[in-house]
Amino acid sequence: MSLQLLLTIAGMVVVTYGIRLSFLVFGHKLSFPAWLSRALHYVPAAVLTALIVPMALAPQGAIDLSPGNAYLPGTLAAAAVALFSRHTLAAIVSGFVVYGLWRWLV
Amino acid sequence: MSQRLTPLWAGARDSLPMLVGAAPFGVIFGTLAIATGIPAWATLALSALVFAGSSQFVAVSLIGSGAALPVIWLTTFVVNLRHALYSATLLPYARHLPARWRWSLAFWLTDETFAVVEHRLRQQGNESDGAWYWLGSSLAMYGNWQLWTIIGVLLGQSVPGLADLGLDFAMVATFAAIVAPQLKKRPVLVAALLAGVVALLARELPFKLGLMLAALAGVAGGVLAERLATSSKPEMKETT
Repeated sequence: MSLQLLLTIAGMVVVTYGIRLSFLVFGHKLSFPAWLSRALHYVPAAVLTALIVPMALAPQGAIDLSPGNAYLPGTLAAAAVALFSRHTLAAIVSGFVVYGLWRWLV
Repeated sequence: MSQRLTPLWAGARDSLPMLVGAAPFGVIFGTLAIATGIPAWATLALSALVFAGSSQFVAVSLIGSGAALPVIWLTTFVVNLRHALYSATLLPYARHLPARWRWSLAFWLTDETFAVVEHRLRQQGNESDGAWYWLGSSLAMYGNWQLWTIIGVLLGQSVPGLADLGLDFAMVATFAAIVAPQLKKRPVLVAALLAGVVALLARELPFKLGLMLAALAGVAGGVLAERLATSSKPEMKETT
């Protein structure tokens, strides 16, 4: 576990620092393609949604749309508040409140 | 000396809204990592050495679900690739700096420092004290992130069993709150929908490979949707 974690972090450091160094240190040898900067625009939404959807719809592995799945209403609440208020922290707290109440009541 | 301290301080001060904004995420990250079973040293090392919030969150989620090393590294690459764009954008303001400055400023390059520094350098040009301003923002963001991570770790350690209380839901809520406002743009919505569907269908794949597949599908879908939208409605392009 320890070695695995050490390797995980070391690799993440190399990858992240390498990206940040790219142009600032080796800029004279590089150019940034336009298609890549356009594609990057969609990375956060794609990656985060890819993480959210299985957790919200199938928290135990199998798709669970029953009332017993508190993740779904909680996630929807967080998303709705964020969409309409644009206040990230308020959205997280609202999601948590709905999730907690749901688990407690249902 | 004050000629250096003044821009250093100004950079830190102008980053204040970003410092406040990052604080809760630092706490959530630290708490979540501990609740996931990641030891304190590794949690602190992620903040101190990787120093890239969103990829740290994603890594916690992946480590918790037993993803393979290459998948974690590749995801980190994809999630952090936008920093190459920042690195390229800021290069004109850093070209004249000694190598030790460029290596250091690159290490601390984040979304927040990029936003603050790019704004200032674009407005006021590349003055001699621009590097100190940049350093001020960098150090403020870095110190801030370490501080709130430590507080999160302490919180996670002092309240055992947080995971049972549904702290794993905090990650879902955090990601949903970040993504939702972006979905108002049609191509981003397409990207998210595609990524979500593929992630759901491919969730049983080993090593969390489904995540990479879903991310690729989403990004491709977004780019395609954007291209279709701009080619079918050329008159929209001028107004936006």
